Amino acid sequence: MSDVILDVKHLKKYFKTPRGMLHAVDDVSFQIERGKTLGIVGESGCGKSTTGRAILRLIEPTAGEVLFDGEDVVKMSKQRMREKRKEMQIIFQDPFSSLDPRQTVLQAISEPIRLNKILTDRYDIEERTVELMRTVGLAERLINAYPHELDGGRRQRIGIARALAVNPKFIVCDEPVSALDVSIQAQILNLLEDLQDQLGLTYIFITHDLAVVNHFADDIAVMYLGQVIEKAPAEELFTNPLHPYTQALLSAIPVPDTHNRPERLVLKGEITSPIEPKDECRFAKRCLYANDSCHAKCPELAEVFPGHFVACSEWWKRQVQ
Amino acid sequence: MAKRIKNIAREVLEAPDLSPEELGEDVMLDIRNLTVHYEVDGDVVEAVSDVTLQVKKQKTLGLVGETGAGKTTTALAALNLIPDPPGIIKQGSIYVCGENILKKRPAELEKIRGRDISMIFQDPMTSLNPVFTVGDQIAESIRLHEGLNKTDAYERAMQMLEIVGIPRTRGAEYPHQFSGGMKQRVIIAIALACNPRVLIADEPTTALDVTIQAQVLDLMRDLRTKYDTAMIMITHDLGIVADICDDVAVMYAGRIIEQGTLDEVFNETRHPYTEGLFNSLPNIHDRQARLKPIPGLMPDPANLPEGCAFADRCKYATDACRAARPVQRWVSPTHMVACTAYDDPDFIIERSRKA
Repeated sequence: MSDVILDVKHLKKYFKTPRGMLHAVDDVSFQIERGKTLGIVGESGCGKSTTGRAILRLIEPTAGEVLFDGEDVVKMSKQRMREKRKEMQIIFQDPFSSLDPRQTVLQAISEPIRLNKILTDRYDIEERTVELMRTVGLAERLINAYPHELDGGRRQRIGIARALAVNPKFIVCDEPVSALDVSIQAQILNLLEDLQDQLGLTYIFITHDLAVVNHFADDIAVMYLGQVIEKAPAEELFTNPLHPYTQALLSAIPVPDTHNRPERLVLKGEITSPIEPKDECRFAKRCLYANDSCHAKCPELAEVFPGHFVACSEWWKRQVQ
Repeated sequence: MAKRIKNIAREVLEAPDLSPEELGEDVMLDIRNLTVHYEVDGDVVEAVSDVTLQVKKQKTLGLVGETGAGKTTTALAALNLIPDPPGIIKQGSIYVCGENILKKRPAELEKIRGRDISMIFQDPMTSLNPVFTVGDQIAESIRLHEGLNKTDAYERAMQMLEIVGIPRTRGAEYPHQFSGGMKQRVIIAIALACNPRVLIADEPTTALDVTIQAQVLDLMRDLRTKYDTAMIMITHDLGIVADICDDVAVMYAGRIIEQGTLDEVFNETRHPYTEGLFNSLPNIHDRQARLKPIPGLMPDPANLPEGCAFADRCKYATDACRAARPVQRWVSPTHMVACTAYDDPDFIIERSRKA
């Protein structure tokens, strides 16, 4: 039996705009097994960060269920939520704006410990902070440094230490390495990987970098305008992408290799507006294969191979090709 | 008395101009021996030192390196936009379309910037004006530089929006209504709208997803052939470099440490830092492989070591590396490497051993 830690069912988040409801997250469902990583990829504005935040109720979902260890996060009382947040944490994208410039490293990392009253004694807190700094690879001498004295990689390590401070089981990593240099990016990815092994963490890894997600995730969900349009184990998704959007995404990855350059499928056409979208495939306007049926009804996510889900009514045609 | 830009050293202003023959044919951007200092409270940060670059018509140079390596400073210098204070251009010359822009008056620079040389800035959040619609902001630069009337300029702006993948209906919206990636696309639309002859793109696609990135890169490619544009692509994504660049220059701590054609830098890599960059990337073909980051951090640019700035992070480093700055060594007419280890004629880095 699989050990599901997070079960998201029909999650929706709509925002009110002057021109109608913006469907930022529209009926997203997925499950994650304990100790695994789900990668969520998609373009900017497709709702991947909103999904991550709605799961933690950093923004209130419009509808849907988020079962964390069997308990619905959406229905929790404020107090219970506070309790539960210790188990569910987030690492933000921008290590430059997600830290308080007036807090030292010690204050920043110990803040969640103090607020959640995990430890109360000043010396215990400091000891735990030093331990956390060691875990994320921050030199102890930096304990009284301020964020502006540190580079992006070190700041991101503080963000990770803050998330770890409350002993979480599950962390949403929202583009944790996008703002970092390649050489530093690899350091942070290795750190996150080691922490997962040591602490048995479960991750949602939100990114637009497909090479990173391929390296990091067990399963990958591809989002397009608020919907999951394909989901499969990473290896399967990369070798046998079925949705035309996924195929275009994969073909567009820039490969640092001057030989075997991939044939690129360049998408054209207008992007459908996420405000009050019609009941049709949201990718149809940019799709190379779209026909009338694609404009008639929005395709549902269906399991076409074991573990491989796709929301496209025509997927089998391209499979034959 | 004509107003001049103040933060340029006397030697730079008084240096004799290069003749067209010296510049060479088809060279749109020529930077020679550029050194830029930032002087703050008596501390001197040598942000760029002795950088020499050339970009020809229709060619793209990839400028690679990590934050603080001096890539953006080099780019800003090319537009004569080094912030003053604290920036000072100490040495060198910069020719854009044959004109030494370091000797231009501000009024002349206004015309050159935009028509001849344009830049896509890195930070989409601060580059747009919050009180104008994005459509008006794109149209403004078209009106200024192309002399179109309001309606035509706006129509052209809407076309640019669509090219960068934003529905034209959103042209009437304000920057705060766009996500970071969308703002970046607007900025790209503004820079490309005027068809500049030299385009410097500072991490133009970092915030974009790969399908839009592919579109933007195609757009730049089109621009390059259609208008003979010369480009500098500042990036740390070696995939993009392989995709669009003809030549590559790798910067580290203010200096170019390796430079050559795309093929030379990628397939006959010489510098250990360049090798480290390649090793840091996730391998698409082998997803289980553990990443091999370059250990440590770039040294503080205000406090660079005597010898090679990379020595402390370099696995090949010897005492000789720490003793003196590496000299530039030309291994082919186009391929330069600055690494002391090559004093030993048998020295070869691991990446090249495999190849």
